[in-house]
Amino acid sequence: MEPELSRAAVEDSGERTAISTSDRRRPGIRFGLGTMHLVLLILLILWGVFPLLWLLKSAVTPTQDTLQTPIAIFPHGWDWNNVVAAWTQVGIGTQFLNTIWVAVGSWAVQLIVATTAGFGIAVLRPAYAKVLNGLVLGTLFVPGVVLLVPLYLTILHPPVLDQSLINTYWAVWLPAGTSAFNVVLVTRFFNGLPREIFEAARTDGAGPFRLFWSIVLPMSRPILGVVSVFAIVTAWKDYLWPSLVLTNPAIQPLSVRLPNIQSQTDLGVFLAALAISMIIPIVLFLVFQRLFLRSAGLGGAVKG
Amino acid sequence: MTTPSAPLTAPRTVVRRRRPRTPLTWIRGGGPANLLFLLPLLVVFGVFSWWPILRSVVMTFQRTTFVVTTWVGFDNFTALFRDPLVPTAVLNTAWFALLALIFGYPLPLVVAVLMSEVRRLRGLFSALAYLPVVVPPVVAVLLWKRFYDASPHGVFNTILGWVGIPPQPWIQSAATAMPSIVLEATWAAAGGTIIIYLAALTSVPPELYDAADMDGAGIWQKIWHVTLPQLRPVLLITFILQIIGTAQVFLEPFLLTFGGPANATLTVLQLIYRYAFGSGIGVDYGKATALSLLLAIFLALFSLVYFRLTRAWSQN
Repeated sequence: MEPELSRAAVEDSGERTAISTSDRRRPGIRFGLGTMHLVLLILLILWGVFPLLWLLKSAVTPTQDTLQTPIAIFPHGWDWNNVVAAWTQVGIGTQFLNTIWVAVGSWAVQLIVATTAGFGIAVLRPAYAKVLNGLVLGTLFVPGVVLLVPLYLTILHPPVLDQSLINTYWAVWLPAGTSAFNVVLVTRFFNGLPREIFEAARTDGAGPFRLFWSIVLPMSRPILGVVSVFAIVTAWKDYLWPSLVLTNPAIQPLSVRLPNIQSQTDLGVFLAALAISMIIPIVLFLVFQRLFLRSAGLGGAVKG
Repeated sequence: MTTPSAPLTAPRTVVRRRRPRTPLTWIRGGGPANLLFLLPLLVVFGVFSWWPILRSVVMTFQRTTFVVTTWVGFDNFTALFRDPLVPTAVLNTAWFALLALIFGYPLPLVVAVLMSEVRRLRGLFSALAYLPVVVPPVVAVLLWKRFYDASPHGVFNTILGWVGIPPQPWIQSAATAMPSIVLEATWAAAGGTIIIYLAALTSVPPELYDAADMDGAGIWQKIWHVTLPQLRPVLLITFILQIIGTAQVFLEPFLLTFGGPANATLTVLQLIYRYAFGSGIGVDYGKATALSLLLAIFLALFSLVYFRLTRAWSQN
């Protein structure tokens, strides 16, 4: 599960693959492996890094150079004005804050729903919890496309409230909470916690709220980290849904705004805006690499 | 999967059932607190998931305008069968799914198997492969739109020029638009699948390789007879997940070509979007939900048949 094991750890762990240690000692295989690694590394750099470096370069290149000689590296110097214009004139700064706001709200709603639901289903276990759990699991089998129109109409005319949620962030935050995947992950983790601890806490007089806040949540940091990564990444990436319910440009996140400004914006400035939109996710990934990759591997494991 | 460990609690519930259940015993038994914890789930899923799912079934038999809702029976479905765009969209989506399988299904497997042999700098390899997945999809699509610039000075056309290939129209021609879209989509998604395969590869029991060594198996034989069979369950899952995902493709064709040129990249989801929210055709929620429901039913049946057919095969 840990893709980042150091060399020594890999050798010690007894982890092995098709090529055995004795195979590796043979010079022909050693040479072949070395070449393969080098070729793979170069291809992966071309695949993963080249497009992003090109974007960073073009963000500070004069528009005419990007149009005429897109691969050349700064044939006529830099143009930092692209970045300034993107942030101020095009208003990417506002959209940037909107994106953060969308992500933070979605994260909070998802965390609240997933942890309280997981606690109710896995720890408190009232009789009807099984039914609820089944209904949550059921939504995993309903493709997102089914929800598009009826959910839009629900946002337009929500029950009880006498007011449309269109052009409010609640229209993005609340539907984000319906991630069955989060509930499954958290419930499964809570199920794995030792029940003796809960019983001991109950005998010591801890009520359900105390149990939830002081015992279950602190024991669940790993899974909360995974859910948080999922929540923030999904919110940052989403396009179709926010474009439907956030029609006011002043409150739109980057993903919704970028396609709309494309045609009226100078190419250099537009590419600078793209580069700015990309930076936070990339930095988050580089800092929390281990957590990201573990979540990605786990995603496969759970879906499997 | 989430079955509570029943043996300890079961006898207690039997005892409790014998007592009469009154509101008072419910309150004493912690009922209100239980309900309070499950309330966010009930409200959020109820209003924004379960109710809309039910409603989508109802809406397929209705015509909804801003003022009135009327029952129209199967009119929405007959309207769909008369619309010549429906077969176009279905064929385009199938074409996208097929191309995505050809481009994107073997590639992550090959890369993951090669990467699993890397002893040094594995983290670097994983990070490089995963980097495109981290780029927000909208940014990735708009960036690739620039790469696909059809002029001789476009990014890809410049690179092709180095090896003497003439400029390609990429997303501007009906023939090359779909493969170009699939290439971008593969770039954006492959890293996630690679990481899933890598995780599966590390859980292959080492004894199997040791046994294969004893039998004198070569490297390729070990990959063919040990690695791939061990990956079979996860390969089967990623296959069906990819089908379900590509059947609902929207973002890439919507932003790269807007379904064009001449509807050559109009997918089912884009058609649903046009029915429901698109300008020109007018708002037709009933037709949109009817098509959504048909797609969902198709995917459910497809998955069912798929799991039936592969059941014997997935259990090694």
